Amino acid sequence: MKEELVTLKIDDKEVKAKKGMTILEAAKEAGIEIPTLCYHEKLAPYGACRICSVEVIRDGRTQIVASCGYPIKERLEVKTRSPGIDKIRKTIIELIAPSLSDEGLVGKVRELADEYGADTSRFISRFRATPTRCILCGQCVRYCSEVIGIHVIGFVGRGVERRVVFFPQRAQFCPTCQECFYLCPTGKIAAETAGDTFPGFSIDDYLSGKMLIK
Amino acid sequence: MVGVSGLVDKVVDGYQRDKDMLIQILLELQRGFGWLPEEALNEVSRQLGVPLTRVYQIATFYKAFSLTPKGRHLIRVCVGTACQVRGAPLIRDRVQHLIGVEPGETTPDMRFTFETVNCLGCCAMGPVMTVDNDYHGHLSIPDVEKVIGVYK
Amino acid sequence: MPRINSPSELEKLREEIKGKRDPNKPCITLCSGTACQASDSESVSQAFERELKRQGLEGEIDLRRTGCHGFCERGPLVVIYPEEICYTKVKPEDALEIVQSVREKKVVDCLLYTDPVTGARIKREPEIPFYENQQRIVFGPNRWIDPKNIEDYLFLGGYRALSKALFEMSPEQVLEEIKKANLRGRGGGGFPAGRKWEETKKTSREPKYVIVNCDEGDPGAYMDRSLMEGNPHSVLEGLIIGAYAIGSHEGFVYVRQEYPLAVENLEIALKQAEEYGFLGENILGSEFSFRVKIHRGAGAFVSGESSALMNAIEGRLGEPRMKYIHTAVSGIKDRPSCLNNVETWATVPLIINKGAEWFNSIGTDKSKGTKIFSLVGKVNNTGLVEVPMGMTLRQIIYDIGGGIAKGKKFKGVQTGGPSGGIIPEQYLDTPVDFDELTKLGSIMGSGGMVVMDENTCMVDTARYFINFCCEESCGKCIPCREGLRLLREILNDICEGKGKENDIELIEDIAETMRDASLCALGTTAANPVLTTLKYFGDEYETHIKEKRCPAKFCKNLIDYWIDSEKCQACMICLRNCPTEAIQGGKNLLHWIVQEKCIKCGICYEVCPPRFGAVVKLSGEPVPPPPAPGTEVVRKEGG
Repeated sequence: MKEELVTLKIDDKEVKAKKGMTILEAAKEAGIEIPTLCYHEKLAPYGACRICSVEVIRDGRTQIVASCGYPIKERLEVKTRSPGIDKIRKTIIELIAPSLSDEGLVGKVRELADEYGADTSRFISRFRATPTRCILCGQCVRYCSEVIGIHVIGFVGRGVERRVVFFPQRAQFCPTCQECFYLCPTGKIAAETAGDTFPGFSIDDYLSGKMLIK
Repeated sequence: MVGVSGLVDKVVDGYQRDKDMLIQILLELQRGFGWLPEEALNEVSRQLGVPLTRVYQIATFYKAFSLTPKGRHLIRVCVGTACQVRGAPLIRDRVQHLIGVEPGETTPDMRFTFETVNCLGCCAMGPVMTVDNDYHGHLSIPDVEKVIGVYK
Repeated sequence: MPRINSPSELEKLREEIKGKRDPNKPCITLCSGTACQASDSESVSQAFERELKRQGLEGEIDLRRTGCHGFCERGPLVVIYPEEICYTKVKPEDALEIVQSVREKKVVDCLLYTDPVTGARIKREPEIPFYENQQRIVFGPNRWIDPKNIEDYLFLGGYRALSKALFEMSPEQVLEEIKKANLRGRGGGGFPAGRKWEETKKTSREPKYVIVNCDEGDPGAYMDRSLMEGNPHSVLEGLIIGAYAIGSHEGFVYVRQEYPLAVENLEIALKQAEEYGFLGENILGSEFSFRVKIHRGAGAFVSGESSALMNAIEGRLGEPRMKYIHTAVSGIKDRPSCLNNVETWATVPLIINKGAEWFNSIGTDKSKGTKIFSLVGKVNNTGLVEVPMGMTLRQIIYDIGGGIAKGKKFKGVQTGGPSGGIIPEQYLDTPVDFDELTKLGSIMGSGGMVVMDENTCMVDTARYFINFCCEESCGKCIPCREGLRLLREILNDICEGKGKENDIELIEDIAETMRDASLCALGTTAANPVLTTLKYFGDEYETHIKEKRCPAKFCKNLIDYWIDSEKCQACMICLRNCPTEAIQGGKNLLHWIVQEKCIKCGICYEVCPPRFGAVVKLSGEPVPPPPAPGTEVVRKEGG
């Protein structure tokens, strides 16, 4: 059975890709890199970082969408860079910078900050919580549940009090694959585990209120 | 805690051990215990067959759930827009001043748990406060002390 | 009660019910919605029961506890039939007199509604101006129905639309009728219901689900609650008709847990509907089967977002997901799922009964039918009102709402909840429908309408909504979570007098990113209240930032309480009531506030007798020095 192909334009380049693919996947196949922070090819698209935002135009209508989740459509025109998109990416980095402090502004986050000219100290004076060094991208949580299937690390809380925590009561099941260490864009997990095998921030820290001290 | 696994079993059974009903099960346990003890969360995960991380994720996300025991009386000050406009913030501050804890907290003597709530739907009587099942509407700031004084 | 197995059996039952009810028999109806219950309508109800028993009138006068009538400002409400005599603010003590008056066919004048302008007493409910200007096609039946008794619903023609749909129309014909009626969703989005139904129907995957969204999270909005509490069968009937049209056999009703009475009445309604044959296998003897499950929310505004709600129904965390593929195509467990609001479903039986053409005759070009609004805040007639789309804000607030309470000046009306904006005076003649308010930067939303007066600080109002969204944000995506965190800090600073020169620019930048890049509508619309207040009340922001002054005299850090020595009559009331003993003075000695001890609680301002009015709020000006201790008061004439 022949797979249905869709013809679309990404950055003025004509691209043919399989129906059902997302813009991010189609772009990658065509050699166009769209930056991401929460995306991982083994995980279901999550849509948390919004860095992969692109402009799509179809039937005269323009929208800004997350390319990791948007299915390609016939006649779709995609712009992966524009003044609007660039501003979004710049602002997103500026928004998370205060949570990271200097140690967390590494790797991809640092690259994005440089590429988009983010002023990482722009919102520092108005950020009055304790920096967590976590952008809540959820790669660790989702990898552990979707790929490893062991559920040792999870999300708790809501809104600005949302945290990623390790569950010591699940430690016995952890295969110590350390995938979460490598996935973490800010290096938090590795940094806060210091010699132990498991991440150092646990559900107990959350429940005791230690994590929520402003 | 005595009987936790038994009660969990009863509730989970009442929902035909349907994983989709996780939130409903937790709501019923919250009602039954008055809060969600750690043992109850572990039991739900075990008996229903859902990951412990998901149980905690849900239990810590929703306002209806409390992972610590609650006080004898529940004070809820409505801070919905209509009450806000009719002076709810001053009512809330007054309660806070009188009992010494912030919204979301329980007094050390376990007398009151204090919460704010986003609309009780009695906007005509605003500003409104409930203590347990009693509604107190058309509140003025001086009334507050008298109202909560009744609840020992 | 044997199940009804055909349309003719249904009509036969209806005739039987009608036959047993004498239209001339006196009936005392009492509003028992949550708001009236909060005003203790239960005690009134018990008083009536006792009184009827005592006077031996139980067989001659009916007593019916109904759902919300809408005129919440005047509750508890009692309406006597068949004359439709309306009594307001009824207390248990009034029961005796009312029962006597019903017996003697008289009227209790002092309990009648009094027109505030003319002073005339109005006897009949439909003649009260609050009701006169409404068109209560969806909400009206609440006043005749005891929600715990399905036969009240049947008496009024209930389930005739379902019978018509199942036996006289094909599913496609039902769908066409809803499409022709241009019924748009009443939960806030205004999406054409017919199109959503069609997309669900056309997606070839089974099973298909239909969902009632009763999560109603906008603070100040309680329309859905009153419908669900007062007339659950109207919602249910609409849902079953929709399920038939779409080809769904399983439905969910998601009710927020803060609505226990709605859940209770819905459970009773489901049970009775099943007993009578309107739910379950082979409904009314047709080939169509359908069942319903109730899911309660657990206290999260964001879980009312359609994709979040569906996650919760799956037993997973109720946070939103990317919706580039409509939930009508892939919703609960990847199956086609059609979600609509309570009011939307409740409108469906009307359309099937009276036709799309009739429905199109009401409303405006692109917004057909009526809408229920919760008219609350600084307005005289607080309550739920149903009007045709296209009525203006002025007509709703003044003709129905009775204008601004306590003779104050109108400042703005907040519509659409946390996703909406505040509309100022110059736009009061804007018609209210799905599109007109959007042009002004607000939205009609689910129907919340909060009226604000000169004492409402617009910067604080923006702060209030940002705080609400910040607390309710699921926290999944960066623009919403971090954007709201920062906006909250900036607005708190401005309200505390710590605003900075470039704060407006920061707010606008953050708002733009939230609008363009957030995952769901909570994030994309959360900045609307800030943006509209900046647009229409920008000078208030300037005043807060540059002058450290709050024109509405609300923001605690920017006001001082002061006792005017020329007005103070040394009555000691404020002195005795001050919780921090910050007021000095004594009997016959002028009172004054020690500013360092003042916690701005506002008690002195409230308790100072209005004829003195000596406690004054100052903002942006220095507090005058206190009088010398021991200064005696100068007695005013008649003071």
